[in-house]
Amino acid sequence: MDAILLQILNGLDKGSAYALIALGLTLIFGTLGVVNFAHGALFMIGAFCSVTLQRILNISYETIDPTKTDFLGNPAKIKTPYVESWFGPEMGSSIIEWSVPLAILFAIPIMIGIGFIMERGLIKHFYKRPHADQILVTFGLAIVLQEVIKYYFGANPIQTPAPDALEGVAQLTSTIVYPIWRIVYFCFALVIIGAVFAFLQFTTFGMVVRAGMADRETVGLLGIDIDKRFTFMFGLAAAVAGLAGVMYGPINAPNYHMGMDFLVLSFVVVVVGGMGSLPGAVAAGFLLGILESFASMKEVITIVPGINQIIIYLVAIVILLTRPRGLMGRKGVME
Amino acid sequence: MFGLDKKDSTLLLIVALLTMLAPFIFNPFPTDSGLAQFNAGYPDLMQRFVIFGIFAIGFNILFGLTGYLSFGHAAFLGVGSYSAVWMFKLLSMNIVPAILLSVVIAGLFALVIGFVSLRRTGIYFSILTLAFAQMSFALAYSVLTPLTNGETGLQLTLDDPRILGSSATADGSIPVTNLFGLEMRSAYDLVIGPWSFTFSAGYYVCAIVMLLSFYLAIRIFRSPFGMMLRAIKSNQQRLNYTGLNPKPYTLAAFVISGMYAGLAGGLMAAMDPLAGAERMQWTASGEVVLMTILGGAGTLIGPVLGAGAIKYMENIFSKINDNVLHGWFAFLPDGIEDAIVFIIHPFVGKGWHLTLGIIFMLVVTFLPGGLVEGGQRIARLFNRKKADDPKSASTEPAE
Amino acid sequence: MSKLNVTRRGVIKTGAVAGAGLALPTYLSAASHSGYTNAPTGSTVTLGFNVPQTGPYADEGADELRAYELAVEHLNGGGDGGMLSTFSSKVLDGTGILGKKVEYVTGDTQTKSDAARASAKSMIEKDGAIMITGGSSSGVAIAVQGLCQEAGVIFMAGLTHSNDTTGKDKKANGFRHFFNGYMSGAALAPVLAKMYGNDRKAYHLTADYTWGWTQQESIAAATEALGWETVNNVLTPLAATDFSSYIAPVLNSGADVLVLNHYGGNMVNSLTNAVQFGLREKVVNGKDFEIVVPLYSRLMAKGAGANVKGIFGSTNWHWSLQDEGSKAFVKSFGTKYGFPPSQAAHTCYVQTLLYADAAQRAGSFNPCAIGEALEGYEFDGLGNGPTLYRAEDHQCFKDVLVVKGKDNPTSEFDLLEIVEVTPRAQVEYAPDHPMFAGGSLGSCNPGA
Repeated sequence: MDAILLQILNGLDKGSAYALIALGLTLIFGTLGVVNFAHGALFMIGAFCSVTLQRILNISYETIDPTKTDFLGNPAKIKTPYVESWFGPEMGSSIIEWSVPLAILFAIPIMIGIGFIMERGLIKHFYKRPHADQILVTFGLAIVLQEVIKYYFGANPIQTPAPDALEGVAQLTSTIVYPIWRIVYFCFALVIIGAVFAFLQFTTFGMVVRAGMADRETVGLLGIDIDKRFTFMFGLAAAVAGLAGVMYGPINAPNYHMGMDFLVLSFVVVVVGGMGSLPGAVAAGFLLGILESFASMKEVITIVPGINQIIIYLVAIVILLTRPRGLMGRKGVME
Repeated sequence: MFGLDKKDSTLLLIVALLTMLAPFIFNPFPTDSGLAQFNAGYPDLMQRFVIFGIFAIGFNILFGLTGYLSFGHAAFLGVGSYSAVWMFKLLSMNIVPAILLSVVIAGLFALVIGFVSLRRTGIYFSILTLAFAQMSFALAYSVLTPLTNGETGLQLTLDDPRILGSSATADGSIPVTNLFGLEMRSAYDLVIGPWSFTFSAGYYVCAIVMLLSFYLAIRIFRSPFGMMLRAIKSNQQRLNYTGLNPKPYTLAAFVISGMYAGLAGGLMAAMDPLAGAERMQWTASGEVVLMTILGGAGTLIGPVLGAGAIKYMENIFSKINDNVLHGWFAFLPDGIEDAIVFIIHPFVGKGWHLTLGIIFMLVVTFLPGGLVEGGQRIARLFNRKKADDPKSASTEPAE
Repeated sequence: MSKLNVTRRGVIKTGAVAGAGLALPTYLSAASHSGYTNAPTGSTVTLGFNVPQTGPYADEGADELRAYELAVEHLNGGGDGGMLSTFSSKVLDGTGILGKKVEYVTGDTQTKSDAARASAKSMIEKDGAIMITGGSSSGVAIAVQGLCQEAGVIFMAGLTHSNDTTGKDKKANGFRHFFNGYMSGAALAPVLAKMYGNDRKAYHLTADYTWGWTQQESIAAATEALGWETVNNVLTPLAATDFSSYIAPVLNSGADVLVLNHYGGNMVNSLTNAVQFGLREKVVNGKDFEIVVPLYSRLMAKGAGANVKGIFGSTNWHWSLQDEGSKAFVKSFGTKYGFPPSQAAHTCYVQTLLYADAAQRAGSFNPCAIGEALEGYEFDGLGNGPTLYRAEDHQCFKDVLVVKGKDNPTSEFDLLEIVEVTPRAQVEYAPDHPMFAGGSLGSCNPGA
């Protein structure tokens, strides 16, 4: 029983990442009608926002300590971050320690900015082009973004640890423990998903966007500049992906190709959820996360060897064959 | 000629000429010059050009004509390779049975996957094909290792039970793939002054197969069947209303293009008897999509150009290292030399992916019809006087 | 365009037109009569460095490339000579190999067998490389080794740890200096037994591909021989990024040791996840829970950050070794690049030197002559103590390091500390050991 509960928790946790990425992806599909292969790269850039902030906070000055030597036998250089000398060692080191949560503030403007630039500078020209062209250009962009990151940060993963207070495990029941940061991540995902839904549901802006998703032309005829709102939606989708990336850092160390690792999966999630459906994407994200976790249990693998390798795709096939437009897809979108 | 109209015959002739003279065309620089780095006329790469050309031509029959975007075509190529290597292991080192089997098996595989996937259209179809291909890859890499040799890839060994032919040659090596005695690895060097040109038997076998597949593709494009496929692309609903069932046609196109992929896989194994699971990964499927769009989807020659462009980048650009760069610019003063090397450095060698990404973006932004459109624009520049010149034979814009 | 000469060359083995030889330009006729692939004819010899430059192992590949460049520099008489001065064989004198200046070409394996073979082929067919070396995974090493056997050039494996490279997939033209899964197990198990006791219950997570399986088989056999019990072995997909669903079942499995048979990104993530789940603070069966990573690399340890503290593993070489060879190598590498070399860099550097030395001793670049010179060759001074290139399977036998993640690193490179240098005798095995059986070297192939 405990094992099953634990796997449900794992599944919710994996599902949070899937759902957050898929949410932005389907938002862009739904509003702009663009197949964005660079969405995984936005997730990756988000994670590297916290790496960058960590680096910025760690900018140091060097003092030479003649009592110690480095690996070549020269006198060792001791690095002290400026932050520590400004705020005192204790305050300074705790600022550095909290760099991941701080990176949320840092990442929001950056991600929205990147989203704006991407949409205005590139994606805008591809609204009327075939999906194949959109795939090629966004895939090209994804490669460029990840190569730029690789050029500056290398190919190795870089740890972005959670603050000490949020590390370690929480005792949920007498027999179940679960890492605190993963619980934080799940709650964070719920908040973001809730905020996006509330925004679309309860604000005039959101209402117009929803109307535009349903019938862009009519909204345009009403004299509303729907393009501007869609640009903003692109920025929002980028920010959601970016925040998902920032918070994911402490779970798995960011590396430059983490976006590509998630890209195919998040497409499967979006399609299983149904094109253009926000609730569908979220539901599919959690569903696939949980099924993936169950499939990796030894008991299951023993019965069906290799099931943990293919479960996501198998589920996708079954769902698409039984429900032609995924879980909650609308007729006529991307068919 | 061969039942083609004049324009198609010309195109076929040009392609034939280009492939037959490829060893000259791809080796324009003298062997000892600094620019020899850009020579692509060595057997392995030329073989890859035409093999991936076949793969892309086949993919284009499905995508270019019907508009169905398969994201799992690499699975057929992988299956083809595995069948061919098994044929080498069990039957004989002659490439004919191996290639035949790889085409047949890939065709059957495509029939099954196509039958299921074609129940959906649009992105739902793409994801279904992607899912099947990823499952094939994941299983081939792990659980199916007895059949595929997993991570390492299926290789020939010294104790293969080859029914026709020997397990090992007299001097204790693994026998070489051949076409009725003509070894695929044999080649001649032609040296003219400082130039050196290599003519490889394997390349010419591939080239002839590619010409045949290209010819077949032209016939399909121009046939009533091809017309029907285009009708499916432009308006499937209307086709339904006329009482026609498009499914058999799309399925036929899917199977044909799967067999092309199998043929490419079989040829790859024939040139180099190893079949790795990575051939089936989604990135490999994505690569053929990119080749086709980059070259010009729906055009006859486009996919071949796209395949050539991507393989050229992968094999030539990745080999340019700092050492080579310094060699090129050594004639400049030190400071300028370093500056130029510093600027170029991120784009070559380990940065070849970056160049590839930038080229994707530039081509698709400025040449919506792919490289073929680029070619047409250049051609138009020269023929500006013939303002009403109809589009060349290869023009069939994607959508 | 005055002369039209037909000749043969390269990877090529045909009955060529014998008479045409008369009209050949000299530099080519020499090539076609020397009797082996890509025989160097001018004043230079070309080596092919085939390393991952894109993909997850790109950093490791970059370090390998640095080592190769350093080795070439030293062979050509540049720099401080590095390990040339500590190497037991003194035939290399800084004038290249056999008097020919060493040049090199580089390529990108992408850590894919296909791409690696394509890259190696272009080096052999286009650039005339006489030897191929490099790589950062066993699948690639085995694929390229097979290619080199067919093409008739020598393959000096880079980082490849699977038993199969010199086991069932061994080839006469291929040589491996790096250690393997069996050696890791044999070196690590006694240390683990000493540190953690003989009645431990181990839970294995294993990367689901060939290397993972051979690694798991080796370490399980070695620990079971010392009394440990293997309670479970779960295979994880290579593509997995989040290992939580594999780690969580460990919590209540009754196991008190977790063995992570992972490498690269898999290892970084699985170890990070294991630490997240609080496994290190756990007490099971009255014992502290322990995690073991059988194959360590400093670059991976860096990626895993603070998570590696106190965790045992094995490694081929580490820069903190204090023998003369290692010190010389770390000094020249560190002076040139500003940081210490990784184990991948070390094995690649040593392989290049060993190849050059073998060619020098054999007096020829003929792969068969070089093979003979390397087979059964005993040497010292290259950082691992007295080492033997065994003739039966072309595997090097040398001391293996058992290392532990350092608790208080003094710098960003100082992540591992050496716990024990396991003597060579303890990691040796018979060539027909069941974990290595099944293949045969075949005969050496000099190509054309």
